[in-house]
Amino acid sequence: MKHRLIVSRQIAPDVAATIAAQYDCPYEGKEMTAEEVLAAAAAHKAEALMITSHVRWTGELIARIPDHVKILATCSVGTEHIDIPACKARGLPATNTPDVLTECTADLALMLMLNAFRRGHEYDAIMRAGWRRGYGLGEMMGLRMWGKTLGILGLGRIGRAVAQRARGFGMKILYAAPRRLPPELEQGATWYQDFRAMLPHCDVLSLHAPGGPATADIMNAETFALLPRGAVFVNAARGALVDETALIDALKSGQLYAAGLDVFKNEPEFDLRFAELPNVFLCPHMGSATVETRNAMGYRALDNIAAVLAGKPPIDPIWT
Amino acid sequence: MAKSLYITRRLPAAIEERARRDYDVTQSEADTPTTAADILRGAEAADALLVCPADRIDADIIRALPERVRVIGTFSVGYDHVDVAAARLRGIAVCNTPDVLSVATAECAMLLILAAARRAGEGERMIRAGAWTGWAPTQLMGTLVSGRRLGIFGMGRIGRELARMARAFDMQVHYHDIARLPPELEHGATWHAHEASFLSVCDVLSLNAPGGPGTRHWLNAERIAKLPRGAVVANAARGTLIDDAALIEALTSGQVGYAGLDVYDGEPRVNPGYLGLENVVLLPHLGSATVETRLAMGNIVLDGIDALLAGRVPTNVVT
Repeated sequence: MKHRLIVSRQIAPDVAATIAAQYDCPYEGKEMTAEEVLAAAAAHKAEALMITSHVRWTGELIARIPDHVKILATCSVGTEHIDIPACKARGLPATNTPDVLTECTADLALMLMLNAFRRGHEYDAIMRAGWRRGYGLGEMMGLRMWGKTLGILGLGRIGRAVAQRARGFGMKILYAAPRRLPPELEQGATWYQDFRAMLPHCDVLSLHAPGGPATADIMNAETFALLPRGAVFVNAARGALVDETALIDALKSGQLYAAGLDVFKNEPEFDLRFAELPNVFLCPHMGSATVETRNAMGYRALDNIAAVLAGKPPIDPIWT
Repeated sequence: MAKSLYITRRLPAAIEERARRDYDVTQSEADTPTTAADILRGAEAADALLVCPADRIDADIIRALPERVRVIGTFSVGYDHVDVAAARLRGIAVCNTPDVLSVATAECAMLLILAAARRAGEGERMIRAGAWTGWAPTQLMGTLVSGRRLGIFGMGRIGRELARMARAFDMQVHYHDIARLPPELEHGATWHAHEASFLSVCDVLSLNAPGGPGTRHWLNAERIAKLPRGAVVANAARGTLIDDAALIEALTSGQVGYAGLDVYDGEPRVNPGYLGLENVVLLPHLGSATVETRLAMGNIVLDGIDALLAGRVPTNVVT
């Protein structure tokens, strides 16, 4: 007897194939509204819901999830779209997919960093326009990333993976975090308790901190001004960390040499002023966008579902 | 009295300043490729020439140079464009800019690998066009770089710098070259004496070999067929290493998943087949184009010219 599952949105094809083989799931790969998910869950007598961050699961919606649903599993590391206290209040196990996107997101941060230093957007635009002219030896030069000093806000799993990769480029690592890490995690990086005190020492700054009130707009006109003139800025974490008008001003004034951005305050309706700037490399929130990682996220969500439906505790609970 | 130096193109400002401080400099103001006539005119009163990769310094030009010319410095690591044998016959010494480009070029190769594998060009163009309709679980899924097998064809200085960067991404490094490296340079990389075994492990293939007839169109249809399906190919070395028609065919069929290219056979002409493909990241041969690297190149080639004109033999003399 296969367990009954509802999947709220299109998922990676390999994961969809696994679900088709192992679950009773009327999956059509369509993007469902919360109402559609609730209706499908009731009609199908679903035991599990697999969701993504495209719908906000408010307390009111959580309360309406039928009792036969035993687990709410989100295919994401972020949980901002779920009212966790509401899940806890009704005893509904809820899970996310941590760990599996660490390498993938760190790779993307380094990709953004290299493209910012090396003028990736401008080079791509030259080629797509047909090139046709060789450049002189003093023209179109970028900056070398090798050997620069990298400041990291938040040395969690992703921040540490970024530091590891950056060391391959001979970079010196600084980090700002409330507490100093033990030496085996720090790997020689220099700790700053005060984020602002670190900024003047950063050739490049990369954010890897969680969202929330403590970090909202932590990059603003004042903090951008604390960086050395001509610094590079990377954000593959959260758009909420940045005052985007201040960022645009810094990119235009030369306070920043360039930036690489994968996240924006409003997605997908990001500030179109960014699209006019040559010295920014833009990605549409692709931090975990590899087949391998999206598969791993899907399988991790399925592992959580299988555990709970087998009467075991969830592997990655988001409340305890 | 200062010696005379002819510089064929514009150079980074700090390098031009140094040259003018130490030499009577003749330099073309227009930053365009030279003709043979330009070079001979510029060299009329010169003791030394400072040339660039786009200048063809063939045997005819060298024979026609005035007696006074003693040194040709090239602002590049490669010197295919200078007929070194003809220069030697004339008693003209040649120097270049070894080593100092390795890091910037390896950095460019890593950028190409990451950007191609992660479909960054597509993402960039989509977002710039205002065509982003929102995050989706299957949107622009590329392939993971960390932890994969990287094959480096040509394990010289640039290849070894790339290997060091790749190890920081937990990649397993394989290489194919004429000879195996000593362990202190190999750092655990796996040497493949045979092409077939090498190609079969390349989840990512980076070309870092020299150009020339021996490697012309090395990456052809037959070798591409031996790569794992969906492999990522990067070339920051020489455009002539790739049979473009074969790679374009493979990018279209999916045999090669993604490619990142900084150099092209016949550049700055680019095979138009690349321009219509989404799964390629293209750069306009700017692998060493960083301020730091270009300054280092300018300084080392001027050091070489200074030494040779003073009768000393610098380390960067080409023989």
